Amino acid sequence: MAAKKAKNAQADGPRWAHELYDLLRENGVTQFAYVPDAGHKVLINRSLDDPDAHSVRLTTEEEGVALCAGADLGGGRAVLLMQSSGVGNCINFLSLVKGAQFPFLTLVSMRGDFGEGNPWQMPMGQATQPVLEAMGVVCIRVERPEDVIPSATAGITMAFKSGQPVAILLTQKLIGAKKF
Amino acid sequence: MPKAKAKTKTKTKPTRAPSAGPRFELDRLDAVPALVGDHRDFLIVAGLAGTARDIAALTDDGRHTYAMAGAMGAATAMGLGLALARPDRRVLVITGDGELLMNVGSLATAAVLNPPNLSIVCVDNGYYGETGYQQSHTSLGVDLERIAAGSGIAATRTVETADQIEDASRLLREGNGTSFVLLRVKPTDPPAIRRIMDPAACRVRFRENLLGHP
Repeated sequence: MAAKKAKNAQADGPRWAHELYDLLRENGVTQFAYVPDAGHKVLINRSLDDPDAHSVRLTTEEEGVALCAGADLGGGRAVLLMQSSGVGNCINFLSLVKGAQFPFLTLVSMRGDFGEGNPWQMPMGQATQPVLEAMGVVCIRVERPEDVIPSATAGITMAFKSGQPVAILLTQKLIGAKKF
Repeated sequence: MPKAKAKTKTKTKPTRAPSAGPRFELDRLDAVPALVGDHRDFLIVAGLAGTARDIAALTDDGRHTYAMAGAMGAATAMGLGLALARPDRRVLVITGDGELLMNVGSLATAAVLNPPNLSIVCVDNGYYGETGYQQSHTSLGVDLERIAAGSGIAATRTVETADQIEDASRLLREGNGTSFVLLRVKPTDPPAIRRIMDPAACRVRFRENLLGHP
């Protein structure tokens, strides 16, 4: 079943998600680090299917912040895929990014956002952007499918050309709210 | 029960058999340089506090090292990112028991990918030395080599005596998968050394040294 799913990864999911994966690969991103989340399903499956990329399962999102910094030390590029709740796990490690001026790109699938039906998701979802901004991360919110690629392109440029920490927030308006 | 208690009561302190438990006896000032050997064989990521100073002393604050003074728990994942980015170079993560315990799951993350050019050393003194030598989990029964092995790292060693160093040093260089060495040492101070503490300056010099540009 899992193998079948992986095989079909190219066909599943919204078109913007596939374009986003292609965009990241075209821009030299070879390490995709994540704690699994439904909002990142396409990118995760594409990275698993990609023989030229490393698909890195994390036990906690903060590992991904350190991984991205390590990739940069070696001249490589990584991206951290996480749900908004994972942002809370990253806070102290973002001091590594800010203090050492590591380029940093994260794609955050939002929960506790537009139309959330799980009250447990609300506190961190509502705090996600303020917390990121408090640690110096530039946040770009995306609400419409046609804005994904322009926003990601801007984020990639700001991260890897200007050396900034950037979070692309994929809102629940874009990805839909989980049904409860 | 009271009977058994009376039986075990003795006036002389029992001598502990050598195999009775972990031995924190090596001196890190000798053991870390002996284990690492020629440090130029590696790109090195060092965790904060003691191991950062061990490595700064060993390499004269070398440009092929990135030694932290914060972001506790980041060393292993950082080394993993570096190892994946540079399969042509051998990467050494060297960190303390407290630092590794803070993100011990990163051993599982590394083990699943098992990059052949990643070697991890934990200098385990059983204490949080930097904050005044409070006891850590590892002097209270937690065995980080077993955690590393249980995480799936196939090549692991514990070094407690000088005669175990050579084999472990070879493992760090010759493993065909990720390796892990637990180096148990006395809870004594790391070398006193001044090093560059600016994390951005350290990033730039590391990249300039490795890549030829910042």
